[in-house]
Amino acid sequence: MKKIALVLIVAVLACSMTFAQGAQEAAGAKDSFELVMLVKSQGNGFFDACYNGAKEAQAELGNVTVEYMGPAQTTAEGQIEIIEGLISRGVDGIAISANDADALIPVCKKAMAAGIKVISFDSGINAGGRIVDLIPSNTSLIGQQQVQLASELIGDAGQIAVLSASAQATNQNAWIEAMKVEMKNHPKMELVEVVYGDDAPDKSYRETNALLQKYPNLKCIVCPTTVGLLACSQAVKDAGAKVEVTGLGLPSEMKGYILDGTCKQMALWNPIDLGYTSTYILEALLTGKATGADGTSFSCGRMGTVNVETNGIAVMGTPFVFNKDNIEQYAAIF
Amino acid sequence: MNGKTALNKIGKWIGGRREASLVILLLISCLLIGVMSPDFFSSTNVDTIINDIAILAIVSIAQFFVILSNGIDISVGAIIAFSGMACGMINQDHPGTPIFVIILAGLGLGLAMGAINGALVAYGKIPPIITTLGTCSIFRGSTFLLSKNTWVTAHEMTDAFKHFPRGRFLGITTLVWCALIVIVIAYVFSRYTRTGRAIYAIGGNPTAAKFVGVSESKTRFIVFLISGLLSGFAGFLWTTRYASAVNEMASGFEMQAVASCVLGGVNFAGGSGGIIGVVLGALFFGIINNALPSLYLNVFWQLFVQGLIVLIALMVNTIVDDRKARKLLAQRRVSK
Repeated sequence: MKKIALVLIVAVLACSMTFAQGAQEAAGAKDSFELVMLVKSQGNGFFDACYNGAKEAQAELGNVTVEYMGPAQTTAEGQIEIIEGLISRGVDGIAISANDADALIPVCKKAMAAGIKVISFDSGINAGGRIVDLIPSNTSLIGQQQVQLASELIGDAGQIAVLSASAQATNQNAWIEAMKVEMKNHPKMELVEVVYGDDAPDKSYRETNALLQKYPNLKCIVCPTTVGLLACSQAVKDAGAKVEVTGLGLPSEMKGYILDGTCKQMALWNPIDLGYTSTYILEALLTGKATGADGTSFSCGRMGTVNVETNGIAVMGTPFVFNKDNIEQYAAIF
Repeated sequence: MNGKTALNKIGKWIGGRREASLVILLLISCLLIGVMSPDFFSSTNVDTIINDIAILAIVSIAQFFVILSNGIDISVGAIIAFSGMACGMINQDHPGTPIFVIILAGLGLGLAMGAINGALVAYGKIPPIITTLGTCSIFRGSTFLLSKNTWVTAHEMTDAFKHFPRGRFLGITTLVWCALIVIVIAYVFSRYTRTGRAIYAIGGNPTAAKFVGVSESKTRFIVFLISGLLSGFAGFLWTTRYASAVNEMASGFEMQAVASCVLGGVNFAGGSGGIIGVVLGALFFGIINNALPSLYLNVFWQLFVQGLIVLIALMVNTIVDDRKARKLLAQRRVSK
C-alpha cells in the first residue's frame, strides 16, 4: 500500500512539474494572454462597468482574454486566496482593485516572481506590490477641466464662483488651486469667490443663495464635490436663477439635475475607462511594448497616452464628461 | 404724565424683558447688515432667509422644552437624519404613498426615538447629556444602516414630495406655515396647559414641583417625547426642502438649536424662558448665518464673527438679567 501511495505521489508531482514547465514555456512565446480583472467584491455595478471597459479593450486588442473575478465579500483575505489560485493556474496578468493597499503586497510579489504582470487600478496597491498603479486623473487635469466646463457653458466670459466642500478639504483645495492656474487662460472669465458648503446640504444651499444674492451677474457656479453640486443645483432651481452649475458629481445622484438642465454638464472619472485602460496597460507590459518605469508612458487606444509619474503611478487622463445624452446610461452604473 | 416718565417706563419695560432687548439687538444687526449689503433685505432674499430659518425654529423649540426642564438633547440632529432618511426612502420605494402618511411616519419615528431618550432619562435616571450623547451616535449609526450608506436624491423623489415645502398659501410657503403652526401650538402649550407649566416647575425647582404634585419622571419623559416628535417632523421637512437625504445631514444642528435657545434668553439651568424668545433667537441666529456669507468676509472670519456675535448677545442678556435680579431684590427690601 505504502509503495503504491509513494509511486502515486511521485507521479502526480512529476506530472504537475511538467505541466507547470509547459505553462511557463508557453508564456514566453504566447500570442494570446490570459488576463484577470480582480475587483473588490462581486455584484458591484461600478466594477461590472470596469469589466465592460476591459471587454471593449479585449475586442480592440485581439490578443488578450480578460476574466472577471472577485471575492464574495470585500476582504483582502478573499483577494489573497484568489491570487494564490491564479499563481498556480499561471495566468499572464492581473489588474487589481485592492481591498487593502498593504496586505496584498506579499502575495502580489509572489505572483510577480512567478512571471505574472500585476497592476492595480481604482483602489491602489502600494509600491512594491504592483508594477504600476492606475489613477483616474491628477490635480492639474481636474482643475483645468473644471474651468473649461464652466467656460463652455458661459461662452468663455463672465463671473464664476466655486462652492467647495470644507475649507480644509485637501483634494478640493488642490483642485481649486489648479483652477486658478487655468483661469489665466480665460481672461474674460473672473473667479469672484470660493465659498465652502462643508459637504452639508443645508450649508451648501445657504452659501449658494448668498452667492446668487451677492453677485447678480454671476454666470456659473462650479462645485467640485457631489453634495455641494446637488445642493447648489437645488438652490439655483428654487431661486429660478439663470446661473449655470457644473462640477464633479456622481451620475446616479446628479441624474435629475442633468436631465432637467440645471446642471448641463459635469465630470467624473468613469469605470469603463478605468477597465479599458487597465487592459491596455497589461497588454503593453506583456508584449514588452512598455516597461511601466517612472517617466515612461503607455499608449492606450482611445484614451491616448497614459504617463507614469513617480512611484509607478500612471495617470489615466481628464475626467469623463456627463451630460443629458449619456447620463441615463452611467446613472445605472454608479 | 410727562415725557420723562413715559421714557422711563419704556426703558423699564425694555430692561425687564429679555425679548425686548433681543428685538433691539436684532434691529441693530439688521441695520448694520442693511448698510453693508443693501440687497440683503430684498423681498426675495428675505423670503429665502425666512424659509431657511423655519426648520431651525422648529428644532429650537424642541430643544427649548428639554432645556427648560434642566436637560439637553444632543440627539436632535441625529433624529432629523434618521427620520428624514426614512421619509426619503419611503417616498423613493413607494412613490404612491400619500404625503400625509410620510409625515406621520416622520412624526412617529421621531416620537419613538424621543421615547427612547425619555425612558432612559426619566426612568433609567441617566443624565440627559450622557443619554443623548449615546443615542446621538446610535441614531446616526442607524441612519447609515437604514440607508446602507446610500443617498436619496432629487430624481428619486416624487414631485409632490419635493413640492410640499415649496407650495404657497397667502404668499407664504408651506414650510414657513409649518413653523408658524408649531410656534403657536408650542406657545399655547407652554403657557396655558398643566403639562406646559409642569415643565417650568421641574426645571425651576424640582423639589417644590414634587410637593405640589408634579411627577418629575413623567414630565421629563414628555419633554423628550416633544423633542423627538418635533425633530422627526423637522427631518421630513429637511429632506423635502433640500431634495436630498444624505446620512450626514443635520450633523451639528443640535448646537445651532441650543445657541438659538440661549440667545433667546432661555435659562440653561432650566425653569425660565419662553417661546417668543426662542423664536427671536432662531431668527437672530438665522439672519446672522445668512448675512455673514453676503458680507465679503473671509470664511474664517465668518466663524470668528459668528462666535463673537453670540457671545455679545449672551453678555447683553446676562447684564439685563443681573439688573432685573437686583431690581427685584431692591423691591423686596422696600416692601419689608
